[in-house]
Amino acid sequence: ITDTEGVMVEKGGTLLKGLEISVAEAEKRTGKNAVSIQETYTVYLIETRAVDNVSEVANPTPDSLWRRYSEFEIFRNYLLVTYPFVVVPPLPEKRAEFVWHKLSADNMDPDFVERRRVGLENFLLRVASHPVLSNDKIFYSFLTQFFVLCLLFCVGFFEMKHYGDELQSVISQLLRVRARVADRLYGVYKVHGNYGRVFSEWSAIEKEMGDGLQSAGHHMDAYAASIDDILEEEEHYADQLKEYLFYTEALRAVCRKHELCQFELEMAAQDLISKKQQREELATGTVRTFSLKGMTSKLFGQETPEQRETKLKTLETQIEEGEEMVKERTAECDEFVKNAWEDIERFREQKDRDLKEALISYAIMQISMCKKGIQVWNNAKECFSKM
Amino acid sequence: MMSGTVTDNNTPTATKPEDLAGQVLDLDEDDDLEVFSKDATFMDGSSFNSPMPTSPGSMVNQYKFEEEEEVPDTKDIFVTVDKPESHVTAIETFITYRVLTKTSRSEFDSSEYEVRRRYQDFLWLKGKLEETHPTLIVHPLPEKFVMKGMMERFSDDFVETRKRALHKFLNRIADHPVLSCSEDFKIFLTAEELGTHKKQGPGFLSRIGDTVRAVAASVRGVRTRPEEFIAIQDYVEAFSQKMTSLDKVTQRIIKEQKEYSEELGEGSPVYTKWSDIEDELMVPLKLMASCLDRCHRESEEQVLQLSNSLLPTLHEYVLCTDTLKAVLRRRDNIQAELEAKTETLAGKKTEAEAEVESKVLSLAWDSLVGKDPDEVRQQRQQKLKGEMKEIKEEIDKMDDRLEWANNALKADWNRWQERMRADLRSVFNRTAEKNVEYYEKCLAVWESFLLSQKTEDSEGDNILDS
Repeated sequence: ITDTEGVMVEKGGTLLKGLEISVAEAEKRTGKNAVSIQETYTVYLIETRAVDNVSEVANPTPDSLWRRYSEFEIFRNYLLVTYPFVVVPPLPEKRAEFVWHKLSADNMDPDFVERRRVGLENFLLRVASHPVLSNDKIFYSFLTQFFVLCLLFCVGFFEMKHYGDELQSVISQLLRVRARVADRLYGVYKVHGNYGRVFSEWSAIEKEMGDGLQSAGHHMDAYAASIDDILEEEEHYADQLKEYLFYTEALRAVCRKHELCQFELEMAAQDLISKKQQREELATGTVRTFSLKGMTSKLFGQETPEQRETKLKTLETQIEEGEEMVKERTAECDEFVKNAWEDIERFREQKDRDLKEALISYAIMQISMCKKGIQVWNNAKECFSKM
Repeated sequence: MMSGTVTDNNTPTATKPEDLAGQVLDLDEDDDLEVFSKDATFMDGSSFNSPMPTSPGSMVNQYKFEEEEEVPDTKDIFVTVDKPESHVTAIETFITYRVLTKTSRSEFDSSEYEVRRRYQDFLWLKGKLEETHPTLIVHPLPEKFVMKGMMERFSDDFVETRKRALHKFLNRIADHPVLSCSEDFKIFLTAEELGTHKKQGPGFLSRIGDTVRAVAASVRGVRTRPEEFIAIQDYVEAFSQKMTSLDKVTQRIIKEQKEYSEELGEGSPVYTKWSDIEDELMVPLKLMASCLDRCHRESEEQVLQLSNSLLPTLHEYVLCTDTLKAVLRRRDNIQAELEAKTETLAGKKTEAEAEVESKVLSLAWDSLVGKDPDEVRQQRQQKLKGEMKEIKEEIDKMDDRLEWANNALKADWNRWQERMRADLRSVFNRTAEKNVEYYEKCLAVWESFLLSQKTEDSEGDNILDS
């Protein structure tokens, strides 16, 4: 697809025919995450150079931007969602799998990092050469701009919120079913206690069968009594599920906060855009959009140059302030998004671990219950055969 | 354990059961009806009113019948009941069962017989056997109606359960040293059409007469019931209560187990749904769903064992107690009749003695009528002597009969107890076995789950993304 310098030659990337892309470097960073825990991670430098179409010589000073692997993931997810009919190029592996040497299984291993850098660059080049994907506006922003992260994350957060809703629904259903199952199981075990009582009474009128019946009856009583412990243990599993049921609420809260951040940023951006438009209208004297001001000036004549001058000056200040505001809000958003996303990742992994453990401990409980059952009924069988 | 022959030293060797057929017999019709229905109606035709599945083939079910009884080496007659078929006529619909007999006994002309019988026919056989052997214990027939769920009268389950019970009924007769030699039993197994045979035997009116006598006897009551029979009566009372309780408890367990099994089945699709929204957890969750599904199916199997094996057996023994009570009652009646006759004899004796003393009044009467007083007196004495002799003969016969009945009952009682013990021991054993099997299967399911999760764990490690 590319020649040695990474310049587009393929027919696909029309927009990027004039853009050189590379993932030039990788660096270790440490920082505090959302729960204020120090962590170490790797960032990769995306460099872009505009290629002069005429001379085909690249501009010497590249634009650059540091991004983490997870940001690439988010971007790719966005592509998957937006272009469902496209076979989206893959990212290099998240974890070191398929390794032949255990040492290089560490994500911080310099060889792994290097291979990843190359893989990420390859990914970007493939996207850039795709006839459809290369035209995506977000792609360009991903390579060059900062605040687009927020937009990318929108998809992620939206999916997260949806996931939270579904998880809540599924766990609620499970808890309900589990409660009904426990109720029934209780019934089954307890009714067996009646066997104990009747066997005992019956043994009184029998000669040869008396002993066998009596002891069988005791086992039935033991069986009936065993359900209390069993169900108590099962409560533990229910509690683990419940914890994640409540967690979904917290997850949703984070997603809502993101929406809020996003909203405020958009408001600021809108405001800035409209102010810039006003400035343009004032400066050029053209009225682009309908406004009362515009109408009145048409009807009652335009303002004096002095008036215009003052207005322009105010607008300029406002625009400056607006730009500051957007920058601030963008920074806030990005900060929030990065932290939140990291934490969501962390939460995800914790949830997978915890719930897997819960499933395993449930299986262990079932095994214990089965073993007890086998024992009781084997004992009962022995008693019956002595009848 | 169960043996083919009854070691019984008290049965009078010369008498064959058929001899008693000529004597006065009690037909406790009411008691027989109690055994198999709560209704007084004896008309089978009216009982089958629900719509029937029309294809006979659909009635043939696939369950394998478990032969619960140990086959002693001396068994020379094998009877099976199978292949239920529905019959639809203008008047009624009913089910017939095939009765297959294989035997090497010389009383049978052939070695193999195949006939079709309906429930009515089994009722007839039971009635005849009880008529002929009032104090022998005949295994109960399944009930005419199922109290719960009258709608299910023609369901496959109902027919299957009934078929098994009928099979057991015939086999118990075949195993019985006395009953299996019964002529009625032979007819039942071999005759193409039972219709003609049913019409023979004591007619309706004579049956009425017997019933009246029986009622009268039971009203009279027995003077002194022998100790051992009192003990049996007490036992039967208590046993009946216990069996009824066990029947109820088992029904309840089945109900709870069914509902548990259902709820368990509801969990599986939820886990599947959950697995659809997860990545890492997808595999364990799908596995969980499949484990629950398997346990659900094992649970259904277990319920089947309870419904098809334990419950019917317990129910049979509930019905048995009714039979036992009837048998005891009939024995009592025989004794009561004997006692009544003895009283009559004593009455006649008193009459005879009184006759000697009262001369005056009778002489006066006789001279009025114009008869020679001495002759009349002599005639009367002769008559009385004759009557007394007759009664004495009857009493002797009845005495024999009572002794025979008592002995038969005692022997059969022992036999029944042995059988009961074997039956219940076997069925409880099997139930316990099935329960162990159920738990073992579920254990395997969950252990496989654990195993698969443990191996997954050792492969991938949770490394934080850099």
